Amino acid sequence: MLEVRNLKINYGGIEAVRDISFDVPDAKIVTLVGANGAGKSSTLRSIIGLVKSSGGTVKWGKEVLNGKKTDEIVKNGITLVPEGRHVFPDQTVLENLKIGAYLRKDSLEEDLERVYKLFPRLKERSWQLAGTLSGGEQQMLAVGRALMANPSIIMMDEPSLGLAPIVVQDIFKIIKKVNKAGTTVLLVEQNANMALRIADYAYVIENGRVTMQGTGKELLSNEDVKRAYLGTSAG
Amino acid sequence: MNKTLKKRNLILTLILIVITAGYLFVLQRDSVTHSYAITIIERSCIYAVAAVSMNLIIGFTGQFSLGTAGFMCIGAYVTGILTIPVEMRDQIYYLYGMAGWLHDIRVPLGVALLITMIICGVIAYFIGWPVLRLKSDYLAIATLGFSEIIRAIFGWDGLGTITNASYGVSNIPAFANIFECVLICVVCIVVMTLLLRSSYGRAFKGIRDDEIAAEAMGVNLFKTMQLSFVVSSAFAGVAGGLLAVFMRSAVTSTFTVALTYNILLMVVLGGIGSVSGSVIGAFIVTGSQEWLRFLDKEYVFSDIFNNLAGTAFGAAKVPFLRNGFRMVIFSILLMIVVLFWNHGITGSKEITWDRLFAFLKKFKKEPVQEERA
Repeated sequence: MLEVRNLKINYGGIEAVRDISFDVPDAKIVTLVGANGAGKSSTLRSIIGLVKSSGGTVKWGKEVLNGKKTDEIVKNGITLVPEGRHVFPDQTVLENLKIGAYLRKDSLEEDLERVYKLFPRLKERSWQLAGTLSGGEQQMLAVGRALMANPSIIMMDEPSLGLAPIVVQDIFKIIKKVNKAGTTVLLVEQNANMALRIADYAYVIENGRVTMQGTGKELLSNEDVKRAYLGTSAG
Repeated sequence: MNKTLKKRNLILTLILIVITAGYLFVLQRDSVTHSYAITIIERSCIYAVAAVSMNLIIGFTGQFSLGTAGFMCIGAYVTGILTIPVEMRDQIYYLYGMAGWLHDIRVPLGVALLITMIICGVIAYFIGWPVLRLKSDYLAIATLGFSEIIRAIFGWDGLGTITNASYGVSNIPAFANIFECVLICVVCIVVMTLLLRSSYGRAFKGIRDDEIAAEAMGVNLFKTMQLSFVVSSAFAGVAGGLLAVFMRSAVTSTFTVALTYNILLMVVLGGIGSVSGSVIGAFIVTGSQEWLRFLDKEYVFSDIFNNLAGTAFGAAKVPFLRNGFRMVIFSILLMIVVLFWNHGITGSKEITWDRLFAFLKKFKKEPVQEERA
């Protein structure tokens, strides 16, 4: 279980995250929804050590993650699919996948097979340069690459960003599949509609604070959430 | 890749090795007649090691470090000092006298090069500590500065008992034969290629392509950059050592910033991020500076011109052909290459048999779809 308590993040005096607390139980899908600049991405980046938090604690089981370096945190079984995919464009799909397993010294064959099974498209294109893939394929590659680290929890930052609606559906199906296979998912999304549908539990973040929480279904039917994030008014 | 193709490639590689070895053997058997060719090949091979080592940090890791000449300087001196015959040392160090502890230490070339690697690697480790926190231009300036400082230190009187100050180290025993030089260079390049193909190599390229993603994958940016810098510098040192053996001397004036730029030229011309590109770049730059020498002769074209015109123009000379003109042409050729192949000759790809055949096929029939591999 991942426990975040009273997390605070400052960027040169500007408070991006004021006070965020949430839990991610094992083998569940938890989502953080909220508008642009609410502090969702900063939260993920701070969990994995890319950004320093200025207060609060992040606990992974019994281990405190605050102040640890990213490579140590990844070794602990946490990976991040960064916002905007960030695949390595000049390397092949296979090389991209292999770099995901950078910290592992054991054999990769099994995990490669697992990822290829999840994304048959990547197997077809394993020799293609990642930069030549379509947006959706790049997103699949980014997820596949993160899975190569064999994580216990995979954090995804806006996986639907800039993708066609039909592709977004594919991506969410894959997220569910990944979760069913036993990996905990922490999902950050602006596409609240999709995210809440697949989430076991959800937190709404506004101005760096958690303002609402509940199961995905509860929030989907919540009037405030509907008005603010789902674009449908009560009626 | 299917098996027959793999087999074909293996056979072609073996044939290439045999032909190259045969050619070198022919050169070596009559080394006096072929001394010019041997010189060019040895120099090209040594520069190829330097170019690949530079490509490792600039092309594969994406850190614009220009300290190559500095590390080559260290390498040249370390290798030189450790290999000159003991009985000649008093004569070489006649002014300062060689330091007692160093005087009787002499090791074979291979051991000297290993020691060079270790020393250069350790120095690079400590230099990299502050310097690698800088980015792009600033890193380039800092490493260039380091390179000049090294040169100043090695030419300093205070270290005369070790480095012989501005007189440099001379009478370094030459290569036993061309195979010794070529083989050492090949081993160096193969080792670097293996490193680039390992997971470390992928981490290097990851940092080059996208630091954020690489870091999120658990690549420790600083440690990985430092590893690349240390390995690159260690092999630059070996290249410097080989150059000293090749020239049979080591003086600081060889290792100016111009040398770094010359190697950078090979890297850029060959293809940033391609080992085979760097090797080709080294051979082309070194070779063409020799092949273009006919441009330095004043009379060649004017004589032809006189014959064609039927009348003698007397001492009239073609105006541009004179000493140094080859460098003008060389620079123009470079500009043309960079204009038309702005990613260098090979780009960031490696030359493989498959690509070579795909390339040749283009000329045979109508253009075929280039395989994206």
